[in-house]
Amino acid sequence: MSAFSQLRLDGVSRRFGGQDALTELDLTIETGEFIALLGPSGCGKSTALNCLAGLLPLTQGSIWQDERRIDTLPPERRGFGMVFQSYALFPHLTVRANIAFGLRMRRLPKEETRRRTEEAVRLVRLEDHVDKLPGQLSGGQQQRVAIARAVVFEPSLVLMDEPLSNLDAKLRLEMRTEIRRLHQSLGLTTVYVTHDQEEALSLADRLVVLREGRVQQIGSPRELHTRPANWHVADFMGYRNLWRGRVEQVDGTRAAVESSGHRLLGEAIGDLPARSDVMVAVRPEDIRVDGPGETPNAMSATIEVVEYQGRELAAEARTDSGQLVHLRTEQRVAPGDQVKLSMDPQRLLVYPAGATRETDRLVDASGAVR
Amino acid sequence: MSGSGPGRPLAHWQHRLAERGIDRQLWLLVPALVFVIALFLYPFFYGLTLSFQPTDGGPLSDYARFFSDSYERGTIWITLRIALPAALLNVLAAVPIAYRMRGRFRGKRLVTTLLVVPITLGTVLTAQGLLNFLGPTGWFNRILLAGNLVDEPVRLTHNYWGVFFSLVITGFPFAFLLVLSYLSGIDPTLERAAATLGADWRRRFTMITLPLLMPGLATTFCLTFVLAFSVFPSAVLVGNPAGETRVISLAAYQAAYEQYDYPYASAIAMIMGFVELVIIALVLAARSRFYTGSTGGKG
Ligand SMILES: Nc1ncnc2c1ncn2[C@@H]1O[C@H](COP(=O)(O)OP(=O)(O)OP(=O)(O)O)[C@@H](O)[C@H]1O
Ligand SMILES: [Mg+2]
Repeated sequence: MSAFSQLRLDGVSRRFGGQDALTELDLTIETGEFIALLGPSGCGKSTALNCLAGLLPLTQGSIWQDERRIDTLPPERRGFGMVFQSYALFPHLTVRANIAFGLRMRRLPKEETRRRTEEAVRLVRLEDHVDKLPGQLSGGQQQRVAIARAVVFEPSLVLMDEPLSNLDAKLRLEMRTEIRRLHQSLGLTTVYVTHDQEEALSLADRLVVLREGRVQQIGSPRELHTRPANWHVADFMGYRNLWRGRVEQVDGTRAAVESSGHRLLGEAIGDLPARSDVMVAVRPEDIRVDGPGETPNAMSATIEVVEYQGRELAAEARTDSGQLVHLRTEQRVAPGDQVKLSMDPQRLLVYPAGATRETDRLVDASGAVR
Repeated sequence: MSGSGPGRPLAHWQHRLAERGIDRQLWLLVPALVFVIALFLYPFFYGLTLSFQPTDGGPLSDYARFFSDSYERGTIWITLRIALPAALLNVLAAVPIAYRMRGRFRGKRLVTTLLVVPITLGTVLTAQGLLNFLGPTGWFNRILLAGNLVDEPVRLTHNYWGVFFSLVITGFPFAFLLVLSYLSGIDPTLERAAATLGADWRRRFTMITLPLLMPGLATTFCLTFVLAFSVFPSAVLVGNPAGETRVISLAAYQAAYEQYDYPYASAIAMIMGFVELVIIALVLAARSRFYTGSTGGKG
């Protein structure tokens, strides 16, 4: 095992034919970190991971392990463990032989191979299944074999490509905890690919958000949750309300915006010239229903659809001016109810709209976004 | 099955039959069954009964005749000596080429076509080509002679080697196509996984791909062996049908169409089938020791 103190990706790019799958990824991974690569389907997450693993040659850029350049090494000489989305367990080998594979490739003494394999089996709680073939295991068990196989030889970096996406919701939560537990107890350095923002936020120390092959933002879960760098990231991080608007006035970081007949106050993120087009982003849970007294950013609306979600209700409401609002509330509301909505200006983020085709696509006939 | 305790009614009879693989889809097998009976079972049993009715002597006397005559008995060995190495070489040569070609690359269709062309040529045309190329006055010998590498032409036709080459040329495309499809049935992510675990290409091949491919190779071997075992035209055209390459099918042919002794010819055919069966049984027995389940690929 070759531990490192830093792994540096320097302008890593990958093209397929004429199409960029990954563009100039710069990222420094410190040892012991848990990094999540996050983004919608097709944004280049697997491409980035495969480039790191050595399974895909780069078209540009370099990868450095401390002072050693490793992007020219074949995968078997990088010593990174990888968990594949499809598990890729060897179907003709038993669970034990699958897990021991990496150790055998390193030609460790028999006794040590046996001991460390048993240890890994215990770690992922598969003691009762060691002599089975992968085809005889459930999805969750296969997943655990794949993880054990990738960490048993103490790789300097563990790469995971959407390891939980084939599991059901309950198992996904359990395995999520298990992955974080393994990361901590084994002192691993992990790069984890997912399209599930909740999973990324709960697991990672740092998140890298990709969109169309480009890094949008790198930051802690907290930064990404509260301060997405642009409205695309906000969209992805659960800001379901994205409204198109126009700047009326900017005062420091406080912006006043006109959006479908409402005057809204919010936090300006980025450069907002007067009268420029903006996107207003609000999380459903940051919209209050019938708040007390005089409230900022008030709108009156009619509840249209209500979904029961345990303690909370998820609802869609339409303002008098026709704007669609997604909200979550603990109050009992029902379709047809007239409500007064309000938003804390600090939780209402105002982004430059940018001139992308998507902005137009998202705007429906009523002028509301999505 | 569990769950059918004393008090509970049994599952519906249709479910119980379906559990044993008996359902309406069985009807799909009817055409195949008809073909098998008409084209295989009937001639087989006809030949079998005929072989026990020799023109003179007891029911087994034709078999005894075959085995007591060393010239006749020797045809088994002669045929095996040609067919086994040819089948083995076909499979072994197909593996590396198919392994290299399993991915997608430019010109794959062209290369595949070139490799498969011999199938369309047929044995006779292949024999013709072999005579032209490898015969005493063929290009091959002319090149050797011109280069002063040999003093007199190397004999590569009208003997064992002529038949052997012809079997390789006609059998290889089958082996190649089969191995290629078995290979593309193996999920390529498995090798990628092995690579990240530290296996270089040699060990990826020997520890992952080859074990998963073995059952396919065994099947391929059986098929090319059967093709080679019933070799007939090339044994006559590029072989030495009176001696070195007097294969068993030739013995049967001579019994039937030169001596008009159909019972004896049937007996030889039965022996031929039995030898093939023994080899195939051995190979399949070895095959069952390998993992034969799903390999996750698209094939
Ligand atoms: N072998 C390939 N040939 C051509 N294009 C490819 C290839 N692999 C990926 N791409 C393209 O590169 C882009 C990024 O693909 P990638 O697999 O990295 O996406 P992803 O972020 O992992 O998506 P998902 O969440 O669906 O797995 C996609 O637009 C895809 O079409
Ligand atoms: Mg992917």
